[in-house]
Formats: sequence, structure tokens, C-alpha cells
Amino acid sequence: MSLLDYFRSSKKNTASTAKERLQIIVAHERRRRTSPDYLPQLERDILEVIRKYVDIADDQVSVTLEKSSDELSVLELNVTFPEDKRG
Amino acid sequence: MAKIIVVTSGKGGVGKTTTSAAIGTGLALKGHKTVIVDFDIGLRNLDLIMGCERRVVYDFVNVINGEANLKQALIKDKRLDNLFILPASQTRDKDALHKEGVERVLNELSDEFDFIICDSPAGIESGAMMALYFADEAIVVTNPEVSSVRDSDRILGMLSSKSRRAEQGLPGIKEHLLLTRYNPERVQKGEMLSVDDVNDILAIKLLGVIPESQAVLNASNSGQPVILDADSDAGQAYLDTVSRLVGETVPFRFLNVEKKGLLKRIFGG
Repeated sequence: MSLLDYFRSSKKNTASTAKERLQIIVAHERRRRTSPDYLPQLERDILEVIRKYVDIADDQVSVTLEKSSDELSVLELNVTFPEDKRG
Repeated sequence: MAKIIVVTSGKGGVGKTTTSAAIGTGLALKGHKTVIVDFDIGLRNLDLIMGCERRVVYDFVNVINGEANLKQALIKDKRLDNLFILPASQTRDKDALHKEGVERVLNELSDEFDFIICDSPAGIESGAMMALYFADEAIVVTNPEVSSVRDSDRILGMLSSKSRRAEQGLPGIKEHLLLTRYNPERVQKGEMLSVDDVNDILAIKLLGVIPESQAVLNASNSGQPVILDADSDAGQAYLDTVSRLVGETVPFRFLNVEKKGLLKRIFGG
């Protein structure tokens, strides 16, 4: 890097942005890979039901199925409500 | 019994064929009888990279369909006695490769050779699935770039669920990461994912790092696998990679920026 470049380089470090984005999407896709095929449709259906009552965005519902042992799987449903839509 | 190694990536243009040619040639240089099989049906290119495009008579699909035998289809490398190429066909029929046919050809090759290198097409269609199905080991070629890393992770998922080893409950495919087109200057400036970054995300064993190099284009222009350019950085990095593949311990090179003189540092260049 030349001296001129040094004074110019106030840009954000894009490599760290890339790493953060990848960590999130890869973790998400790995979870999906190991979950049953019906899960995305289940997630959409749940979203539709909640939308009858509260206006929420697509990414405010997450459904995961985790296998905790050979005989037991836990379906976890996470819904984030917007601040002003509560109650 | 040959060891079957697939060179795969998901994403196109990351250096699968360059890597297949380099690693196959490198194994032959080390004295192992090696064949490189082009699985990219319809988009044959390994022949060009190996410099034998004018010598293709019969191809992989001809052998599967019984229109030629293996001896007729295998092309012997002009530089190395123990190196052979099985070219892909230029047919547009995507389903020309089927499991039974591929298995029969690989079994036959397995009796003759020490290593079978399967050069996979890009994507996750049937050609790519055929290339990885029978593999014992996989070299996942990745560029330090978001879409390539994501696609590599996808392919890792396929390796562990869609391969013969997975279906038959055998020990899994041994996975190796090969990072190509690596540019230490851009990594240092924070413009490119580092080896450690990619390793953190994919979490498989690092086999090699090939620096971005002018030698690669020069090699493909002239139909010489880049590993034969032993003076070049990319050639040396591939030689190291092949040594690691056969179990030698070799330190990693070309990961850091070469030190520049004071004048260069001030004025750039």
C-alpha cells in the first residue's frame, strides 16, 4: 500500500462484512438441509395465520425442528412482534 | 484398487478443471498411475487444458454406450507415461451418464490405475452428482468470495448425503478444501476473505492455497497443466498441494504479501 492509499483508506473493511453475511446464511442453510421438507410450507402457513391478526414481516417468524434425542424432536416457533403492534 | 477423488465446487469458473489437470499431473509426476475423467458432458474442456484436444477420438459416453472400449477412448499424455485422460463427450444429452454405466467404467479403470480424478461440472445437476457419487475423497475448490463459499458449503452437504458412501452407510468421503485465486495483498487490505475466514465457515481440512497468478492463464493458453511450470507461484503451490494429498507434511506458502522496499512502499507499485 502506498502512502497516498494510506490516507485514502477510510472505507469499511468489506472482507469482514462478507464473513458475517456468510456465517449467517450458511448456518441458516445447514439447518434447513437437515430439516424435513414440509418445514418451509409450515412456516408460511403459520405466517399467514398470524397475519390475520397482526401485520408482521416474513422474517419475523422462524420455525426450527431440532432433534434432541433419537425419540424426541422439538419444534421451536419464534415470532417477533413489532413494538407498536402488541396487545 | 484406485482411489477415486472428485474435484468439485458447485460454482463455475473457480478452477475445477485447472485443478484436476494440475493434481492429476502432479500425482503422475510422483509416480502414481493416474487418469483424469471429464464429467462435464456437453462442455468438454479438460482436453484443452491438458493440450490433447486434437487427439480425442472416442469419449466417456461412447465407452458407457459400448461404442468403444476404454483402451480406444483413453488418451495417453505426451509428457508423462503414467498419465491418461478420459474426455467428456460433446453430446447435448444430459442423461448420457447413468450410475450403472459410470460405475462399470470406474470399476474397469480402478483395476488399472492408482488414482482416478473426476473433474466435476459446475452446478448440482446429474453430471455433478455422478462425478461425486463414487468418490473416496473430494477436493472442494473455492474462491475467497461469498457466492463460491456458499456453493461450496452446499456441495459439502451433497457429499455427506448424496454419495454412495453416504447411501451405503460407509465411512464418509474425506473432504479437502482448496482455496484458489488467493490474493494476499487484497486480504491484507481487508478486501478479500482470508484463509482463516473461509476455514472458519466451511470447517474442513485445508489442502492447499493457490495464489492468483498469471501463470494459470499462460498455462491454459498453451495446453500445459500449470503444475509443470515449476518456476511459477501457482505451479509450486499445486506441487505442495499434491504432496499433502499423498500424506506429506508441507508448510503453506504464498499466504502473505512479499515484503516491499521502502521506496515502493512510499510511491506504491
